[in-house]
Amino acid sequence: MAQGVFVITEQRDGEFRKVSFEAVSEGRRVADGLSTDLTAAVLGSGIEGIAGELGKYGADKVVAADDQSLADYTTDAYTNVLAGLIKSLDPAVIILGATMQGKDLAGRLAARLDAGVAMDCVAVKLEDGQLTYTRPMFGGKVLADVEIEGTPQIVAIRPNVMTITEKSKDCATEKPAIQVGDVKTAILEKIMDTGDKVELTEADIVVSGGRGTGGDFAAVEELAAALGAAVGASRSAVDEGWRPHSDQVGQTGKVVSPTMYVACGISGAIQHLAGMSTSKYIVAINKDPEAPIFSKADFGIVGDLFDMVPAIAEEIKKIKA
Amino acid sequence: MEIVVLLKQVPDTESMISIADDGVSIKKEDIKWIMNPYDELAVEEGLQIKEAQGGTVTILSMGPQKAIEAIRTALAMGADKGVHINDPATEGSDALATAKILSAALKEIPYDLIIAGHRAVDEDNYQVAAAVAEFLGIPQVSMVVKTELGDGKIKCHRTFEGGSVVVEAALPAMITTQRGLNEPRYASLPGIMKAKKKPVDVKTAADLDVDPASVGTANRKVKIKTLRFPPERQAVQMIEGESPAEIAAQLVKVLHEETKII
Ligand SMILES: Cc1cc2nc3c(=O)[nH]c(=O)nc-3n(C[C@H](O)[C@H](O)[C@H](O)COP(=O)(O)OP(=O)(O)OC[C@H]3O[C@@H](n4cnc5c(N)ncnc54)[C@H](O)[C@@H]3O)c2cc1C
Ligand SMILES: Nc1ncnc2c1ncn2[C@@H]1O[C@H](COP(=O)(O)O)[C@@H](O)[C@H]1O
Repeated sequence: MAQGVFVITEQRDGEFRKVSFEAVSEGRRVADGLSTDLTAAVLGSGIEGIAGELGKYGADKVVAADDQSLADYTTDAYTNVLAGLIKSLDPAVIILGATMQGKDLAGRLAARLDAGVAMDCVAVKLEDGQLTYTRPMFGGKVLADVEIEGTPQIVAIRPNVMTITEKSKDCATEKPAIQVGDVKTAILEKIMDTGDKVELTEADIVVSGGRGTGGDFAAVEELAAALGAAVGASRSAVDEGWRPHSDQVGQTGKVVSPTMYVACGISGAIQHLAGMSTSKYIVAINKDPEAPIFSKADFGIVGDLFDMVPAIAEEIKKIKA
Repeated sequence: MEIVVLLKQVPDTESMISIADDGVSIKKEDIKWIMNPYDELAVEEGLQIKEAQGGTVTILSMGPQKAIEAIRTALAMGADKGVHINDPATEGSDALATAKILSAALKEIPYDLIIAGHRAVDEDNYQVAAAVAEFLGIPQVSMVVKTELGDGKIKCHRTFEGGSVVVEAALPAMITTQRGLNEPRYASLPGIMKAKKKPVDVKTAADLDVDPASVGTANRKVKIKTLRFPPERQAVQMIEGESPAEIAAQLVKVLHEETKII
């Protein structure tokens, strides 16, 4: 019988992404609930040294697939290696982050393992041995509580939602034999963003600008810098060419779930809300008191963003000084 | 170049979603239906590649009778023909079953390149394309923002959190779209007229040798137990004051005391 929880972590250039700790922490909670073991997997090249970090969040065991061919993510190599590990471990539940990598991997693994996937979950509940996963559908207009039939069950968790809990375990790292197998893709080039830009989907705070900025993002950037936040944008701001596509938040952009989302000069169209409605706190600054964003916000300011946003940045700097 | 675009009809993103009486599905009657926005990018990319390289663009869609509207829209944009899997037995299929049916259909359609959306904005599953690629045993590159074809290969630029990569995949391959790849064209009036005459093959699960007992709502692996609306936020707290500085100070105070973020 399939048993145990298996977490697929994500690292880049030898550093775990935050969602990995969220996934291991959630995995620990599920494993405790099911009175079973938690194995975490890390794939990459030269990653054996970081593997032990996962013990801090409650992994009983770490399997490190360390191979030159796994240095950068490719669907085929990662699927082959993970499917091999999963077949030999036979876990009941597989948890991974619903990141770009996780979303790419989950569907492929599901088809290989004939498993159901609960994608982009915002809550996992265990009752009488039965796991229920909550996931937004229709751009977050509804929440679905779903169960998965059979094993393994694959759960992809929305980044920034699950709590990271430290729970130190005596954790051994194993280096299993792996099968990289047939690979039909090759990474020709990798370009990392420069600077210490905070990644949108991982940021604790996001400050976004819309058409109301008129293309001048200086105030938005200044507030983001003061808060250590990532900068996002509405589709209108992207369509105008003011911001790159990768900054777009919404139904046809990124889904973010920060602790605080600050919308500056954004009206609050339904497609924009689809990308940020699971934020814990929403602050809206808009000169139109009737703007729909206010009906979804926790805190609102009616005013010109060019006056308000710099004033808030000043105040933040004062408090942080 | 034989190009197949996977296309789904979904509720308009503006639609109000209401939960049906069964508590596990949505009311479909009063909704306006559109082509999934990510699939619009897929159709456009297919057409641009065809225009540069020659070939055909075939639209493959599974959905109820009205899904033909989305197929016709793609044909009006310039796609050559359609395959419509229209069978009540397949309705409500989950992502894995959908992928099984689509890949069964793809056994009978020639392809060098399959283009799908990164996600359908209904169930937001982000899975069908990857699962189809797996069932067909072809490589996939997802969230592509630029393609270059040549020499039995496709070179794709794909972005990820914090960077981007150039990935090369051997054809036949599957790619999925995201915004930034292209700007989808509108169907022209002559295009709409021509689309009416373009062939659309209609198939059932039985035509594709798919066991009806493995698909549809009843056979979902991912079972929806309940649909509900997200909890309402508390009423907005408006921050007011005499000057921007005063309002800013008030906001930061509230954020500091109530949310403890700052
Ligand atoms: C299929 C589809 C998908 C879409 N996907 C997305 C998506 O992923 N993300 C997205 O964001 N949108 C998306 N949209 C577009 C969406 O419908 C809206 O058009 C868009 O979000 C509006 O952007 P905005 O709020 O910046 O602009 P507007 O709606 O024009 O609002 C600008 C706001 O700024 C305020 N303002 C103006 N000047 C100032 C000032 N000086 N100070 C303060 N406030 C000011 C105005 O009062 C107004 O409320 C999509 C649309 C469709 C049809
Ligand atoms: N019923 C369907 N018919 C044709 N293509 C589909 C269907 N469902 C999903 N797809 C394709 O798979 C992509 C991802 O869908 P999903 O995994 O449901 O989010 C879509 O953008 C389509 O390209």
